[in-house]
Amino acid sequence: MTRVINRKPGRGNRLVLGLLPFVLLIAAYLAASHVRLAENPNDKLLPSAASLAEAAWRMAATEDGRTGRVLLWQDTGASLRRLGLGLGFATVLGLVFGIGIGLIPYARAGLAPAFAILSMIPPMAILPILFIVFGLEEVSKVVLIVLGVGPFLVRDLAFRVQALPEELIIKAQTLGACTWRIVLRVVLPQVLPRLIAGLRLSLGPAWLFLIAAEAIAATEGLGYRIFLVRRYLAMDIILPYVAWITAVAFVSDLGLRWLTRHAFSWCEEGGGT
Amino acid sequence: MTAVTVRNVWKSYGAQNVLERVNLTLPAHSFCAIVGASGCGKTTFLRMLLSQEKPTRGEILIDGAPIAPEPGPDRGVVFQRYSVFPHLTAVENVALALEFRASRLLGKLFGAAKRAALAEARAMLEAVGLAGAGDKYPAELSGGMQQRLAIAQALIRRPRILLLDEPFGALDVGTKAQMHELLLRLWRDSDMTVFMVTHDIQEGFALATRVAVFDKWRIDPQAPDLYGATITYDVPLDRAERQAMRPGPAQEEGAEA
Repeated sequence: MTRVINRKPGRGNRLVLGLLPFVLLIAAYLAASHVRLAENPNDKLLPSAASLAEAAWRMAATEDGRTGRVLLWQDTGASLRRLGLGLGFATVLGLVFGIGIGLIPYARAGLAPAFAILSMIPPMAILPILFIVFGLEEVSKVVLIVLGVGPFLVRDLAFRVQALPEELIIKAQTLGACTWRIVLRVVLPQVLPRLIAGLRLSLGPAWLFLIAAEAIAATEGLGYRIFLVRRYLAMDIILPYVAWITAVAFVSDLGLRWLTRHAFSWCEEGGGT
Repeated sequence: MTAVTVRNVWKSYGAQNVLERVNLTLPAHSFCAIVGASGCGKTTFLRMLLSQEKPTRGEILIDGAPIAPEPGPDRGVVFQRYSVFPHLTAVENVALALEFRASRLLGKLFGAAKRAALAEARAMLEAVGLAGAGDKYPAELSGGMQQRLAIAQALIRRPRILLLDEPFGALDVGTKAQMHELLLRLWRDSDMTVFMVTHDIQEGFALATRVAVFDKWRIDPQAPDLYGATITYDVPLDRAERQAMRPGPAQEEGAEA
């Protein structure tokens, strides 16, 4: 009898095993929904597959009676714009301060403690401050994402830059590079894959901050919609929205992974440095 | 022509003396092997020649002038590991030095200038025996090829001094012999001075015109850090014999006098 740690599934088995949890989850949901609906056809908690599809179609393909816009796309656009702006600013912050702290001893002495403490502030705790300072419009939501994700990216990149072998930095100097050229040609290209990895890890928190901010004050957005229809117990809208958010987050993660694999082929081949 | 003078150099970290009273005078176009046991300050000495560290006392002169305070293109270096940039192909690794020299703002060349730099880099790769490997990333090269690449990269800007920190320590015996041959050829064809740190004393005697042995001259059992290492044996090898192996006229013959 082979030990269980030495038994490896083949390609087909891996696919089946990977899909199994989803199939089980859906089957359990459908069974539970069937039981509840048989008891009370007006039950709103576990809507049937048909009513879920109907609600999804209503949100994604028909214009809203009041605004004349298709709500799902309007919400998705608004949320992705906030998310993109927030992650974009956080990335710039991460690159500028991360490389600065990692490479330049004076920047490290001045800024590393500040970022170490800044990154410990729970972003949700300062959301009220952001609403008071920046108002209830877009800025406060974007700033929440930047503050939530930025310090993490800064520290992640700073550690990564510090972990670059000192030999490479010395070598670059013997090849005639100044600090700026070392940043451009030696440090930046080597930490970009790490930046993308950091962004992938930040996607989850970024969505969390986005939906929290939208839930509290917004007029459109995926988080706003979910919390709006919660008042009517509209599980038939909430569940497709959650599935949609998950799908969007999954695809963006996949995209970043694809980018790492194709733009930084040296990294995959070398298995790191 | 690069003569190196090390005058009464000390290096201490707090109360620990790593090196003390190091004196060394090398004529131009020397090949100095620095040998000694682990932890005897060989690498510290090399780091001072590289300006990665500053002597606590004493001075290092290159052609009579104090050594530059920072690493620069006048001194090339090859480390045992992490000598080449993993994100650049072999030819890009070598061309990088040319790009740094020509493009002050971006450190990057484009168009015809880039093609010229790449051509020069390829010629350099050919000289170290990497003609076919130009488009490979370092991770795809063997250990010996990586060190050939590191040497090519260090030599492309024609440094006056080449510093080698156990460059062949991780290579197998056969590859090592090939690398010795390459290094000697490159040294003879240039007028640079070479410093090579090695723990392999045979390697030192096989290559160098001068072997400097670093060791502690005295150990106090109550304070083992009190006395630092210094050059305990300074062995000049028969230079004429080495020069005879050099192709072309031996111009440095009189330099030692």
